[in-house]
Amino acid sequence: MLLQIDTLTKSYAGPDGPTEVLRGVSLSLEAGETLALTGESGSGKSTLLHLVGGLDTADGGSIRLDGQEVTRLDDSGRAALRRGTVGVVFQQFNLIPSLSVAANISFQARLAGRADQARADRLADALGLSAHLAKYPEQLSGGQQQRVAIARTLAARPRLVLADEPTGNLDETTAAVVIEEMLALVHETGAALMMVTHSPALAARAGRRLHLRQGRLE
Amino acid sequence: MIAAAGQALWSHWRRNPLQLFTLVAGLALATALWSGVQALNAQARMSYDAAAALLGEGRFDQLVPRSGDTMPQDAFVRLRRAGWLVGPVIEGRLDAGDAPVRLVGIDPLTAPGGAGPITQAGEAPLQSFLSERVVFAHPDIAEALARSVTQRVVADPGLAPGTAVTDIGVAQSLLDRPGEISRLMLAESQPRDRPALDEIAPDLVLRPSQQSSDIGQLTGSFHLNLTAFGLLSFAVGIFIVHGAIGLAFEQRRGMVRTLRSLGVPLRYLVGVMAAELAVIALIAGGLGVVLGYLLAAALLPDVAATLEGLYGAQVSGALSLAPSWWLSGLGIALAGTGLAASGAFWRIARMPALANSDARAWSMAAGKRHGLQAVAGAALFGLSGGLVWLGTGLIAGFAGVACLLFGAALVFPLVLDRALSMAERRASTVRWEWFWADTRQQVPGLSLALMALLLAMAANIGVSTMVSSFRLTFTGFLDQRLTAGLYVATDDAAQAEAFLAFVEPRVDGVLPLLSTGTRLAGQKAEILGLRVGPAYRDNWTFIAEDGAVWDRVAAGEAVIINEQMARRADLWPGDRLTLVPGREMPIAAVVSDYGNPSGQAVIGEALFEALFPETRATRFGLRTQTPDELREALIDAGIVEEGQITDQSVLKAFSMGVFERTFTVTAALNVLTLSVAGFAILMSLLTLAGMRIPQLAPARALGLTRRELGRLELWRAVILAALTLVVAVPLGLALAWMLLAIINVEAFGWRLPMFLFPVDYAVLGALALCAAMAAAAWPALRLARTPPSHLLKVFAHEG
Repeated sequence: MLLQIDTLTKSYAGPDGPTEVLRGVSLSLEAGETLALTGESGSGKSTLLHLVGGLDTADGGSIRLDGQEVTRLDDSGRAALRRGTVGVVFQQFNLIPSLSVAANISFQARLAGRADQARADRLADALGLSAHLAKYPEQLSGGQQQRVAIARTLAARPRLVLADEPTGNLDETTAAVVIEEMLALVHETGAALMMVTHSPALAARAGRRLHLRQGRLE
Repeated sequence: MIAAAGQALWSHWRRNPLQLFTLVAGLALATALWSGVQALNAQARMSYDAAAALLGEGRFDQLVPRSGDTMPQDAFVRLRRAGWLVGPVIEGRLDAGDAPVRLVGIDPLTAPGGAGPITQAGEAPLQSFLSERVVFAHPDIAEALARSVTQRVVADPGLAPGTAVTDIGVAQSLLDRPGEISRLMLAESQPRDRPALDEIAPDLVLRPSQQSSDIGQLTGSFHLNLTAFGLLSFAVGIFIVHGAIGLAFEQRRGMVRTLRSLGVPLRYLVGVMAAELAVIALIAGGLGVVLGYLLAAALLPDVAATLEGLYGAQVSGALSLAPSWWLSGLGIALAGTGLAASGAFWRIARMPALANSDARAWSMAAGKRHGLQAVAGAALFGLSGGLVWLGTGLIAGFAGVACLLFGAALVFPLVLDRALSMAERRASTVRWEWFWADTRQQVPGLSLALMALLLAMAANIGVSTMVSSFRLTFTGFLDQRLTAGLYVATDDAAQAEAFLAFVEPRVDGVLPLLSTGTRLAGQKAEILGLRVGPAYRDNWTFIAEDGAVWDRVAAGEAVIINEQMARRADLWPGDRLTLVPGREMPIAAVVSDYGNPSGQAVIGEALFEALFPETRATRFGLRTQTPDELREALIDAGIVEEGQITDQSVLKAFSMGVFERTFTVTAALNVLTLSVAGFAILMSLLTLAGMRIPQLAPARALGLTRRELGRLELWRAVILAALTLVVAVPLGLALAWMLLAIINVEAFGWRLPMFLFPVDYAVLGALALCAAMAAAAWPALRLARTPPSHLLKVFAHEG
């Protein structure tokens, strides 16, 4: 089992007292499996993704990822988890604006100590970025930027890819192409994918679908 | 990981070279101004130390005459016979070509250990002293001295500038003062059973070592002045650095968030960013130190002239600096960067991994800090007022000035915000309403540069008001003091007698200039003997008097003292002053005496001759309506030579020349500080220009052309500079008042009246507006030329 989540809870302080975002979520994910998380805005999808990726800390419950108890890791431990085990694809791409496309693609692999130029080149080629390697992110379209973000994540060979609304900033046609490419590459690398999306069409492409409503899985 | 993270962070500077240039240039300028001033101070102190080491000042107790400036050599003999371990010193001025030489004679056999050049001049100087009659001289005067004296002159760089040392016998002969001694140095350990000083030499007094470094005390205030200016310049530079670092860090918020989400721990990020800034600080600091050295080398001759003119202190004209100075320059660059970056680091360290990465949010959030800043500014104003009214001493004065300036700088953004808000409410058209609102939105991003401009303009107004007030007062003072048309210096009493016999029938009045050096009320001072007449009665004005001043002075019943002595010794009309032992006199008036470092007492001619019969007048002022004819007559008759006559206008020109040179350094630092502030404005506008597109795109969409937008950018800079000027004028005048009424009194011992110079302020204002317009021209031009596609991209990214 790559990922095992048990009775995970999380709440945020609000003006009217704490708001419970996750109310005892439990799920598991095997290596190579793809999972789509759907739900209304505010249902806790992104929060769940952030907790799994160690970007935020849970109030209760447990997250066991690749043999490590994520909820017990300190800041450095969570950073190491994000570097070595997890790869995150964001809705806003989050590329480094002052690095070229080529440098962005190989960046996370270098951080993880797994730099592999041949693999980075293959991914760039597969995602149609070869002609844009010397450009900077601001010179690319939204779809191209998201392809760079996907290439960056997969070049680092993560065990688990977390994708937070990966096509939320793209038009429908581009989104379909990008998600197709991402799923193919994730499958090829043998990584697991946990993807948050509003789109039923996109969710349908995943191997498994779960729906979150008011902090609970249905 | 660190290499990859470092590369990503560094890539920001590579993509934003202007920002990096701003940071490096701001830091280099700040370091240059600070370390330049420190170099000047260090060089001057090195010269004082050399002088003090030579004369044993500050290290050895000394015996000095109770009155007058010399003692007979018998006193030395009596003390040695009685068991006192003392070494005689004679000191005087010797003309060697154009350069006056301070000649010091010591007895190497009895001088306390470590005094004199014995340990500095190299091999076996004792033999040279005793048998070869060698004169050791600082290299800058050695050659000229060698032409003037028959003794062998050896250059010794270990001596103070302008100073020569030789055996006391040789010095007495060269100074034509046989059998005279200036003072006696006491060895540190003395026999316990020696008789009391009063029994052996009642005319001498003991001056403890810590009180003897007059030059160090006098010039301390001047160096504090320079240091304060250096600190102000540094602060203005650090404003630029703070702005550049703050903006760079905020623009990298997104990158920091991404790096953290990709697994770089926060502490690594902070460490890499700190290392990156340290490298930049060291490079910029190195540049700054080199610039500081060049600045100091350029200003040193003027500083040396100032110290000579104001305090009679000799400072070498060549710059030689210790490694510690270079290191301290780098240290201040690092410390300044650390200070400027501390807030940015604090925000980054507290930033959650999922924080908003919008850089513009920072400039908007800055507005919220205005309220807090204003409270801090008001507290500083209060502190400044407290220091002015309750504090004493120069440090308290400067602290008061610093609180006033920085308090105003902190309050300033709020004042600007309120002024722009008022303009927005009164705008007559939608376009102007947008303009004022948009300008208000720019204030947080520009506030640091505008605060720097405010400080620089206020300092300029304050310092120029002080200098111009001083100039006006000094010119009036010269007119008051230099009443005679011609001044003649005769060689001796015989020539003086022949001279008087010749001129008395030909002039309206002769003013003998009698003077003698002494110590009054514990201070180094001079007593002047004046022939009271219309020349003085009609021209001298007093700061304080208690009536019938000149009648009482002429009758030998009262004394006039100068302001320096009055303030330092707290002596005022009605108080009494001891002129010589047993002769105490009431003070009738206090007179201004600008530019003189020493105290002065003025008495009538008759009383002077009675108290100091050995001192005869050899210098005279001549009141005449026809100075040129009299000069010719004196020369034609062979009474005096041309070189012995000085025209009043020449004397005035010389005095004004010394005055102008005195303030060259201040003026240079003033201009540099203003330039640094102008640079801050330029860099802020250029940096902000890149962030302006999203704000200007909607304005263009609503009907403004790019040319109009560019023109409005230009107007914005001019309006902001004008508002800064409006605040800078009262602030500068408050600063001028503090400089004249507090700092000057503490530093130099005299208070100057304050005059206003509206034309000067108008010129400064015009210059500031032109500078702001010039600084805004480039960003405005860039904006006017921004391709429409760039402006359209703003909308393309939406949705």
